[in-house]
Amino acid sequence: MVQKLTEQVGPYFGEFGGRFVPESLIAALDELDETYQHAKNDPEFIAELAHLHKTYTGRPSIITEAPKFAASIGDIRVFLKREDLNHTGSHKINNVLGQALLAKRMGKSRIIAETGAGQHGVASATAAALLGLECVVYMGAVDTVRQALNVARMRLLGAEVIPVTTGSRTLKDAINEALRDWVANVENTHYLLGTVAGPHPFPTMVRDFHSVIGIEARQQMLDQFGSLPDVVAACVGGGSNAIGIFHAFLDDESVRLVGMEAAGDGVDTLRHAATLSMGRPGVLHGAKSYLLQDEDGQTLESHSISAGLDYPGVGPEHAWLKDIGRAEYIPVTDTEAMEALKLLSRNEGIIPAIETAHALAGIEKLMPTLRPGSKILVNLSGRGDKDMETAAKYFGLI
Amino acid sequence: MSRTEDVLRRNKGNGGSLIGYFPLGYPSLKESIDAAVVMCESGVDVLELGIPYSDPVMDGIVIQQATEQALANGFRLRHTFDAIREVTSRVSAPVLVMTYWNPVMQYGQEKFASELAAVGASGAITPDLIPDEASGWIGATNNHGLDRVFLATPTSSPARTESACANSVGFVYAVSTMGITGAREDLDQKAKQVVAEVRTQSSDSMTAVGIGVSTAAQVRDINSYADGAIVGSAFVKAYQQGGLDGLRRKVSELAKGKSK
Repeated sequence: MVQKLTEQVGPYFGEFGGRFVPESLIAALDELDETYQHAKNDPEFIAELAHLHKTYTGRPSIITEAPKFAASIGDIRVFLKREDLNHTGSHKINNVLGQALLAKRMGKSRIIAETGAGQHGVASATAAALLGLECVVYMGAVDTVRQALNVARMRLLGAEVIPVTTGSRTLKDAINEALRDWVANVENTHYLLGTVAGPHPFPTMVRDFHSVIGIEARQQMLDQFGSLPDVVAACVGGGSNAIGIFHAFLDDESVRLVGMEAAGDGVDTLRHAATLSMGRPGVLHGAKSYLLQDEDGQTLESHSISAGLDYPGVGPEHAWLKDIGRAEYIPVTDTEAMEALKLLSRNEGIIPAIETAHALAGIEKLMPTLRPGSKILVNLSGRGDKDMETAAKYFGLI
Repeated sequence: MSRTEDVLRRNKGNGGSLIGYFPLGYPSLKESIDAAVVMCESGVDVLELGIPYSDPVMDGIVIQQATEQALANGFRLRHTFDAIREVTSRVSAPVLVMTYWNPVMQYGQEKFASELAAVGASGAITPDLIPDEASGWIGATNNHGLDRVFLATPTSSPARTESACANSVGFVYAVSTMGITGAREDLDQKAKQVVAEVRTQSSDSMTAVGIGVSTAAQVRDINSYADGAIVGSAFVKAYQQGGLDGLRRKVSELAKGKSK
């Protein structure tokens, strides 16, 4: 019997995934896997998480149709899954609450997290405050500058933010530092990884916690708009919001899945973060997947105007979905993303995160392949408040 | 038969062994080769040469900064083989490389193993490759008669320690403490438990203790229950502070820990 695409549970997705980490971490990964396997079938855990999502996150998130934005592109309909309306301003809270509850189940009093844009760090600090956990967030020194507001938010929430000054001083190095902390403090610490990368069970578990996005959206499209969408689109850095909205549609053959990667200055330059478009398979941060690397396997520095997409790796399930042809991944430049950010703001009164703006910008590239009237569902993964300084500079607003 | 294992076994009961780490290409390829030779001249029994890697998650700040500088100074993976060819022509100690997995995967594990063997290396320590993911590497190292060293840690279950013993050739790397590389004043008593578990699972495996070792007293203590002490950061630091002479003094000082 052919296994459904939605039923893949790791540790491997095709040849991708696995556990390429020091032996010191294996016991903690086994404990996490065991705890998660038990929790996901435990009615009490399911009810607890659902209750938090209903009363704290603000789920279900709504779908907003964006007719003026759509009309500015062509004869299509665009629907926005409003993860930006979640508490803390992005999809990240879905996974964070799930993992923070697991940390408590494992009796761990301390969580550590990495963050790029700061959204995952803010969500982690929030969950820690809510559930009474100590929280340390590692953030590249470059990112603490460009996302200073989020640093303040995390500190206000009681988290310790540690700027990482090694390597490229961005998200990749923040993950290295979090892994080093975890190796040393694994007995009382849970590493609350924020994306669908890393060693098993993270890619599967984080996907499961975000799959609520696609499950809701699929039903909402059927109930409110009468059919499944023709295209589901999302931005891809590590890939958590994309896998979250893709997953429920994996076995709907009529639905095209498109991930938009950060092309930075352009994929013909060295300054981009288009891992699936331009990288090749290798091992980084505990999993085999695509990555940006040189001939020797040294990780290359990525570049994107959006800190959240500025990552030279990507989750292993995306690597697999690309290789089997179930999802496609296209690069979107900084300039294209910023134009889309402005377009949605002016036309619909919704300011998206710069990460999310990549997904919006990519729609135009799909136009030659779309039938008139096509329905495009976009994961509006985060709001743009955190990006106001970048946007103000970029557009010369103040 | 593994030369590394032979050396450890021969030294056992005679004070034990000192295994010394130094990063290749730091501060330049030539200087790292000279450092390796000096280490062997001053009391290191087995050499462990680190291949610089962009994302060394098992390493503390001393080795991170050294390998980052090696890469910035132009270290390329192919230099590994040139360096080992020269080192093995100048010293008799077994030479292992310490490498994260992605460079090997990109080079091709079979080709990497074949070229290591061709230049006289004894094998490799792979800190982010667990036996579960290593079927290809086990085959490649077997094909070329190389050592392969896996890790056993304070949190490894008996079954996992058994797997580390069964799949390692040369010795089993007993991780002394939960943490990354770098000198520590107090070595965890956990090191003893890890070694005891290795002995339980495999009475004839050689095992050496690493992570945090930086004094002659620690080297002596470790050799009283294990088959060797592994020192890295302390040697890199000594080199940073006193060049080849500083390194020579530090190795000689720690080698005194081998006297009974």
